Amino acid sequence: MTGAASRPATGVPATMTEDLLRPLLETSWKFYALVIVLFGVVLLGVGSFAYQVNNGIGVWGLNWPVFWAFDITNFVFWIGISHAGTLISAILRLVNAGWRRPVTRCAEVITAFALMIGAMFPIVHLGRPWLFFWLMPYPTERQIWPNFRSPLVWDFFAISTYLTGSLLFLYLPTIPDFALVRDRTTGFRSRVYGALALGWRGTTKQWHRLETAMQIMAIAIIPVAVSVHTIVSFDFSMAIVPMWHSTIFGPYFVAGAIFSGIAALIIAMAALRKFLHLEAYLHPVHFENLGKLLLMMSLLWGYFVFAERLTTWYGNESAEMSVFWTTQSGAFAPLYWTMVVCNFVAPLCILSFRKLRTVTGCVIASCGVVVGMWLERFLIIVPTLSHKYLSYSWGSYRPRMPEILLLVSTFGAMGLLYTLFSKFVPIISIWELKVGEQPELSQPQETPDEAATLWRTHP
Amino acid sequence: MVACHAENNIPTVGPAEAARSRAMHWLRVERYWEGEFPDVRLKFRPVLCQQCEAAPCEPVCPTYASHHTEDGLNAQVYNRCIGTRYCANACSYNVRFFNFFNPIWDKPLHLQLNPDVSVREVGVMEKCTFCVQRIKATTQLAKSENREMKDGELKPACAQSCPATAIVFGDLNDPESQASRLSRSARGEKLLEDLGTRPNVTYLKSQASA
Repeated sequence: MTGAASRPATGVPATMTEDLLRPLLETSWKFYALVIVLFGVVLLGVGSFAYQVNNGIGVWGLNWPVFWAFDITNFVFWIGISHAGTLISAILRLVNAGWRRPVTRCAEVITAFALMIGAMFPIVHLGRPWLFFWLMPYPTERQIWPNFRSPLVWDFFAISTYLTGSLLFLYLPTIPDFALVRDRTTGFRSRVYGALALGWRGTTKQWHRLETAMQIMAIAIIPVAVSVHTIVSFDFSMAIVPMWHSTIFGPYFVAGAIFSGIAALIIAMAALRKFLHLEAYLHPVHFENLGKLLLMMSLLWGYFVFAERLTTWYGNESAEMSVFWTTQSGAFAPLYWTMVVCNFVAPLCILSFRKLRTVTGCVIASCGVVVGMWLERFLIIVPTLSHKYLSYSWGSYRPRMPEILLLVSTFGAMGLLYTLFSKFVPIISIWELKVGEQPELSQPQETPDEAATLWRTHP
Repeated sequence: MVACHAENNIPTVGPAEAARSRAMHWLRVERYWEGEFPDVRLKFRPVLCQQCEAAPCEPVCPTYASHHTEDGLNAQVYNRCIGTRYCANACSYNVRFFNFFNPIWDKPLHLQLNPDVSVREVGVMEKCTFCVQRIKATTQLAKSENREMKDGELKPACAQSCPATAIVFGDLNDPESQASRLSRSARGEKLLEDLGTRPNVTYLKSQASA
């Protein structure tokens, strides 16, 4: 291996590889402390789930007629967060935005882990979760298939497709970096990374195939991502239930998903920047650009809410209006207006001004958006279920501790998975960053020889 | 309601759970007050599963636990139910109930369980079956005696025990049955008919308002 320092003429910073591999090769006590704390939080959720399985879903606050609340809110929320990776990374790759390079992997990892967390909830929320496999088509001696008319079965197909696709989308551009780590380590670690690198040698042919595969995945994953959250919205809009049975739900959910995904990405990037000292790679300009995207999505979200509310109010249908008024001025109004402030007013006030579009400003706005988008999912589900047609059967809902612990533990799980991932895999795509540093190599599929040369000389 | 509980092994959940709105009444009597005090009228409306022809609960079930039988009943297969609760959310009438816990019967109620009806376990959805066990028993009896079932021979627990005979049960496919004739009456109306669920239960308006 030739050290980059001996060839400064190429313009690649001598320390970039060392810098970005440092989190993998050095471990401080802070890492262990963080992992232990986050693991503890995850254990709370596992304990809560065990308690629920042992006793029944009655340990939650669900009741007649509010049969879904925190469980499905968490499901929709986390599937929404998962839209960070694909929509940011795939679109930015396709338009070849240069500033995407240090951002893409942070985003793709969020997708993979948020999907895993979100996909847990259709299982966790079941009355008999041990029978979850009945949701899947599998050969059985009873010859019963799942009901393909049920949106929950569509969910199963949509999410498993999206999870497979986004894992591939995350894995493909990581292969050259796995090879890099393989060459920088020895013994057991080298063998593990070697297996993950799938025999990557950096030949012209391999670069070419990688670029082609990534191009295909970037194009394929976008319609999959859009369809996933549309299908999640179908869980609601297919039912003839007031304020659910609406044609706007598909695009409304997708927009909200991208919105919350960008917010999650900004928070994750800020955390990485601070804890792994990546200030040299994640510049304020990345936050500024993502802040602008967040601002745009905030406006789009506001437009969707306005369009949805106005049509309901103007139509003045009695069952819908009873749901409408519980959120505007009734029992759910405090939550509703908090959501509007978090998702619309605050991002607009912070992100419209260049001076406030700093790292801190973007993170504050993003935290608001994450809270606001969780509330949005909650407010879609609970007010409707508590105010269906027959007023005699109206109800209300109050969460109980096992549900709250489950919600908290999802954030712990995200933190834990993210921490572990950034420990074992370069969280910033090293080879992509290097290609970006060489403007003439920014299209490696056209000049694969040069890219390959660069790879061989500066791994 | 008590007859329904007794016939169908519906557990009583106790005061604490009932306060959490988890009581399971397959049949409930909704009370609506009309007019201004002191000139108020109290109206009762017994609401049970409407056994819809186009039931919103059926297509949403991922496991076919909620499905339409050949007889036109809206059946719930307890063994097949995994408890997504989607059917209850899709139901426009809120007549589906969930076993939040394993059922417990206070002594001596545990001795009076109906052997013809299965006891549901935790995590399973349940609802009015039109006393399907009675329907099966009576049709089999008629078949074994080589005759058609007589109108009024078969009564679900609610119709049997209602002292005012406010509930009439019968074969809607038989145009001469009492239920069939009443359902065609000018006083007849369906609950939330405009949703297009095509319920099989008909409510008769009072003579005055008809």
